[in-house]
Amino acid sequence: MAIDTMTAPSPRTSSFKRVGTMREAGLIAIILALSIAMTFASPHFLTLGNFRAMLMSFSVDGIVVVGMTILLIVGGIDLAVGSVVCFAMVLSGSLFLAGLDPWSASLIGIFASAAIGGAMGFFVTVVGLNHFITSLAAMVIVRGLCLIITKGTPLSLFTLPASFKQVGQGTFYGVPYVILIFVAVVVLFDFLLRRATAFRKVFYTGSNEKAALYSGIKTNQVKFWVTVLCSTLAGVAGVIYMSRFGAATPTFGVGMELNIIAAAVIGGASLNGGSGTILGAILGIALLSLVTSSLILLNVSVYWQDMIKGCILLAAVSIDHFLHKRKAV
Amino acid sequence: MAEPVLTIHGVTKHFGAVKALTDVNFTLERGDVHALCGENGAGKSTLMNIIAGVLQPTSGEIRVDGAPVRIASPAVAQSLGIGLVHQEIALCPDATVAENMFMAATNRRRSPFMNYRALERDAQAVMNRLAAIDVRRKVADLPISSQQLVEIAKALTLDCRVLILDEPTAALTETEAQQLFSIIRDLKANGISIIYISHRMAEIFSLCDRVTVFRDGRYVCTDRIADVTPDDVVRRMVGREITQLYPDKRDASAPAGKTILSVEGLSDATRFHDVDFELREGEILGIGGLIGSGRTEIAEGICGLRPRTAGSVSLHGVPQKIQSYSDAVKAGIVYLSEDRKGSGVFLEMSIAQNVSVLELKALTNGAGLLKRRAETALAEDFARKLAVRMSGVEAPVKSLSGGNQQKVAIAKQLAVKPKVILMDEPTRGIDVGAKTEIHRLLRELAQAGIGIIVISSEMPELLGLSDRVLVVREGRIAGELGADAMSEEAVIRLASGLGNEQAAHHAA
Repeated sequence: MAIDTMTAPSPRTSSFKRVGTMREAGLIAIILALSIAMTFASPHFLTLGNFRAMLMSFSVDGIVVVGMTILLIVGGIDLAVGSVVCFAMVLSGSLFLAGLDPWSASLIGIFASAAIGGAMGFFVTVVGLNHFITSLAAMVIVRGLCLIITKGTPLSLFTLPASFKQVGQGTFYGVPYVILIFVAVVVLFDFLLRRATAFRKVFYTGSNEKAALYSGIKTNQVKFWVTVLCSTLAGVAGVIYMSRFGAATPTFGVGMELNIIAAAVIGGASLNGGSGTILGAILGIALLSLVTSSLILLNVSVYWQDMIKGCILLAAVSIDHFLHKRKAV
Repeated sequence: MAEPVLTIHGVTKHFGAVKALTDVNFTLERGDVHALCGENGAGKSTLMNIIAGVLQPTSGEIRVDGAPVRIASPAVAQSLGIGLVHQEIALCPDATVAENMFMAATNRRRSPFMNYRALERDAQAVMNRLAAIDVRRKVADLPISSQQLVEIAKALTLDCRVLILDEPTAALTETEAQQLFSIIRDLKANGISIIYISHRMAEIFSLCDRVTVFRDGRYVCTDRIADVTPDDVVRRMVGREITQLYPDKRDASAPAGKTILSVEGLSDATRFHDVDFELREGEILGIGGLIGSGRTEIAEGICGLRPRTAGSVSLHGVPQKIQSYSDAVKAGIVYLSEDRKGSGVFLEMSIAQNVSVLELKALTNGAGLLKRRAETALAEDFARKLAVRMSGVEAPVKSLSGGNQQKVAIAKQLAVKPKVILMDEPTRGIDVGAKTEIHRLLRELAQAGIGIIVISSEMPELLGLSDRVLVVREGRIAGELGADAMSEEAVIRLASGLGNEQAAHHAA
């Protein structure tokens, strides 16, 4: 047998994972169906203004979802993203108030967020704690840091220069910068996750850590850097929120992590690691955002909204579980 | 004559399209120790799981004391007095020995409170018959052999009339096994009937009254032990001459090939010591020994998966610095783990993504992106050479049968063009057909000049496939068996420390 000869490349086969594609197509179908129904139910739904508002509402969170999805693929989870978003916001804001220019302040905020990810990564890979417990502790600690930095009161940042406010509030040929940044992040990481060797190792590690280790992949390094990436993207979201709101509140982003994780899971990411796509996760957060905005347009009481969103999460995961079980004979 | 305690008549079991059992019969007389033999995949475990209520038969009849029964669950089996000691240890690692032993009894208890003092007292009384294990210890803190004893003790607490022991001695030391045998004789004297599953002919012939042989999911025959010889049983298990099952060996009279791998004085100070051996071109070197003897650890030590304290590994006479598994792969030594699902393949990922995992660097372009066409081509190439039966290389590995999953795992190793492949239990849990294909493949690789080391607990495989066998005992190489000296008995003697004149050969 000739082990060392390679044949010529064969015709390219589709590298889409069938299950993944099915899931994404299903989400698109649900989103379209809901949109069509809403078009009839509310005259305000099918307007450019409403669409822009919806897109704006999940764009920044969408950046966090990207990081969370990659972390879920490696088999981790980060409950601290809401706190880290807030931390980047209040740290950058207070540095600006202390006299630093807003761009440098933001950069420091993002690096500090990355450092929090690094600290979590340390506890996960070196100390050997799991992601859930580590990030649960980080969630509380970082929220505490936000309160310490702000002494518990919101920072008013109306003195931010117009050039910086542009990021969160301005538009480019009518398209908000926020949406452009969001799309850029999504396209970049979707591409990397499908094509880059470094990100392939994320799948190997999440799918079967021991097998990955036995294949010479330094799984601890992979887990460390993915944890850092997730926090870094949360930091980016934090400074965008600062620019958009012109304020920094120490209680911002409380409970955000659950929405983010729900979106990634609806989009097909598994809490057991090894699977998930950026596109799916973005469709997941788009669906959640569409439901929220629909409920508002339909004048459904805000008290009902969380319950309905929770039911959607449960339904999405149950349907998926059912489909997988049937497939497995 | 009294009614048999257990009668299996015409039982068939299908898993989807796969027939695990076809129309099998089995009769257990009261107070008998009845051996059930057959190769892996012969259907022994399936039948035992049916008797213990874990699986339901597709058709057929089970009678207990002559009355037809339906064993719908393990609880029903227990109430009928049937206890099963699984081959794989199924204990709660964080609970104490006593809690594990009385799990079933606790489940049936009416009282809302636990009586730990009584529990521990009763557990210790049962355990004392077996071994000196403190029942207040946590199971996780015990070595594997003690855990196996806890499994057996657990079955003894069930007050059963039929006890099924599935390879109970696989993880036991010789002394522990002897203790188990005397207990089995006690139980028999007390009128308990025992089904004893084992590959070890010596145990069967010293312990059992009858032997039933299964092959490929079918009943072959039942005999009184006194009427047959071990050779008869083995022949019926295999159903054909062993030599036909395995590819032709290397011509023993041919001059020895060049040394590919040489290991000298390898030690990790805990699990293995002073391991010396050479692997020569063209041969398949088998490594035998009991489970837990250190075979796997030696392989891991060679490949940098386990730190070592002394010794050297050389390839073609050049000493290699192997600190991590990546170093080993770079040098050309790959290892295929015994635990295929646990540490061999990525089940949810595609065949192509599995085959490429060791070859990522070569498949990456300057920008850090994967060359997906090359990845697909690599996988298709190996899938064809290894005859992997699949819908396409994009299919997830979990969609394949065990044998084909193993071929993917082998393809993964071959993709890096290794000089030496260490295979730990290369055909565990694989059906007979795929097994033969994998054996033939290994022989072809050896003929192509790749060094093959096979670690196997399956005696027929070890003897049928290897040109030379090293036997490991308590972390040391107890002896070496060449083509002329190779026999099941010789391996067992070395593995169990009974000594063997062949041991002198090892000095070479």
